[in-house]
Amino acid sequence: MKTRNIGRVAAGATALLLGVSLVACSADSGDNGGGEASADSIEAALEKGGEITYWTWTPSAEAQVAAFEEAYPNVTVKLVDTAAAADHNLKLQNAITAGSGAPDVAQLEYQSLPQFVLPGALVDLTEYGFAEHESLYTASTWGAVTTDDGIWGLPQDSGPMALFYNTEVFEGLGIEVPTTWDEYIAAGEAIHAADPTKYITNDPGGDAGFGTSMIWQAGGRPFQTEGETVTVNLQDEGSKKWADTWNTLLQNDLLGAIPGWSDEWFQALSDGTIASLPIGAWMPGVLESSAPDGAGKWRVAPMPTYDGGEPTTAENGGSSQVVLEQSKNKALAAGFLQWLNASQDSIDVFLASGGFPATVADLESDEFLNYESEYFGGQKINEVLVDAANSVSTGWEYLPWQAYANSIYSDTVGQSYLNKGDINEGLAEWQAQNIKYGSEQGFTVSE
Amino acid sequence: MSLFIIYSLLPLVWLFINSTKTQADLISTFGLWFSGDFVFFENVAQTLTYDNGIFVRWLGNTLLYVVLGAGGATLLATLGGYGLAKYNFPGKKAIFAVILGAVAVPGTALAVPTFLMFSQLGLTNTIWAIIIPSLISPFGLYLIWVYAADSVPTEILEAARVDGASELRTFFTISIRLLAPGIVTVALFAIVATWNNYFLPLIMLSEPNLFPLTIGLQQWNLQGTGVGADPIFNLVLTGSLLTIVPIVVAFLLLQRFWQSGLSAGGVKQ
Repeated sequence: MKTRNIGRVAAGATALLLGVSLVACSADSGDNGGGEASADSIEAALEKGGEITYWTWTPSAEAQVAAFEEAYPNVTVKLVDTAAAADHNLKLQNAITAGSGAPDVAQLEYQSLPQFVLPGALVDLTEYGFAEHESLYTASTWGAVTTDDGIWGLPQDSGPMALFYNTEVFEGLGIEVPTTWDEYIAAGEAIHAADPTKYITNDPGGDAGFGTSMIWQAGGRPFQTEGETVTVNLQDEGSKKWADTWNTLLQNDLLGAIPGWSDEWFQALSDGTIASLPIGAWMPGVLESSAPDGAGKWRVAPMPTYDGGEPTTAENGGSSQVVLEQSKNKALAAGFLQWLNASQDSIDVFLASGGFPATVADLESDEFLNYESEYFGGQKINEVLVDAANSVSTGWEYLPWQAYANSIYSDTVGQSYLNKGDINEGLAEWQAQNIKYGSEQGFTVSE
Repeated sequence: MSLFIIYSLLPLVWLFINSTKTQADLISTFGLWFSGDFVFFENVAQTLTYDNGIFVRWLGNTLLYVVLGAGGATLLATLGGYGLAKYNFPGKKAIFAVILGAVAVPGTALAVPTFLMFSQLGLTNTIWAIIIPSLISPFGLYLIWVYAADSVPTEILEAARVDGASELRTFFTISIRLLAPGIVTVALFAIVATWNNYFLPLIMLSEPNLFPLTIGLQQWNLQGTGVGADPIFNLVLTGSLLTIVPIVVAFLLLQRFWQSGLSAGGVKQ
């Protein structure tokens, strides 16, 4: 299967169209459809009814839409399953560039939001009274949907990182669960020395989402956007700290080269070839459905830290829903969005499908915290994951051209992986290419 | 040579073996041999029925795109190539240059500009967004042109004209038969290109009901990625296997036409 190549072609095309759209759309932002937006207009629109289109890849969407249509029988929601974020973003970008064909409501990953906010493709939901929903969500997810003095969507799920590990491997070798990255390296050495086919984790070096999350956790803040002025500094202290740590794993052959999300990967997660994963809190559902043979073996622990002190982690994945400027019925779309991510009815459906919520009440509910996962050998995994959600460090931003940046990650940082060199050199190259691209797109980019 | 054959056939063998496994066995058993339950027929049934049988819909879409797109491309290439080979008119050299240039531009490079143009016309996310670009086959046109120049002797055309046959009649009764191997070749190229077309439908279509098999299977494949992942690799593999069957059949049926021209050596040159 050539998923990765296809993904890269798709990302490249997104980037190409993004370039066009940034130029094309920068002129017309801030049109609110006559200034009649308010919380009341949402209620009125929901009563009046109509048809809206919703693009998503959430497995629970079908049940959510059914529940919504039952609650608001005058509204019809046309659901389009877009399967995964990469193609979804490409299509959305195409429709926005083209000026027609975009849905009314769409799912967007947090990392893709800035790319759509900046050219004015999304509706600022402040006027619909969405500010009152702030207290519903964790600080990190609310922060992700509210950049540039606007509310651009509502969080659906979150992915605070934790360390998922195969206890069979760790206990079999008598290794303690690492709490610092130094211990993690030592554990990696012990595992690989005992069985050269086994690795502490896999990282073939093509996953920008993983790299940026790890930099985030290390305290790096390489991207800062202020209007059209962007700072890219992938040599700041945190970025270096991660790169130096990961260099040790890389150069000592401790990282498995298995590409993520392949059948080989799921196999390795089942049989212990990959002993641990630092990854988002949504992983338990994926493990349960896709690595059934790993049942009983997996546990979850907080992310290792650099100094062994206060727990600190980052978000990995997670997404929100947004209303698009192209929508012909923004009030109705906003009403659907509000029901989708701020009503308990909808969130309950979402939780039932195994999603990891972004809503504080659900994260703190006894039912959620006391859930004992059979797959995880009866461990109360949510206690660990909710702690992680509360220790996500703040101040992280993504680039306004993150899709393009991600598409060239494997050509820059990935090269360091290929020749087992210095990841810092790859990061420097990634930085240089991002500065070049951003400048070409009309941003003022500095280091 | 045998190494090359193994290299070419191994992926097919792997594809077949793994389409006989359940999703669970696919992950937990050795990839290059049968093991676990033999569920090939269950997989086929599931592929055809999963998500309200959308695979069948994708198959139908692909066939539609192939019949109208590749069929139309073959027809246009034949008419154009024949005309260019057998008639003289001003500007022929310029057309020659344009077509040679067009052969050199890969379709992928044209996809984004084509998308922007089609969206201005309001044709994106419709079947025409796939069919109209598929109609253009500069390579096919060039191939027919070159082929017609050699395999349809001008002497035969002159003889037909002397006998009083119209140009159209000459074309449909004589030339088209002489051109048959060339037309089949062009048709095969066009069918394969349309059948495998990935990038154009990827950017043109957003409605899953309009997808051809290539995009549909990729959508199934992506379903195993990221938050809320629900991998159905067994169906992706079985679907891929089913997808190549019609192309193999088309090759087997058409290749017997694919022989040297009827009139080769028919007249003194």
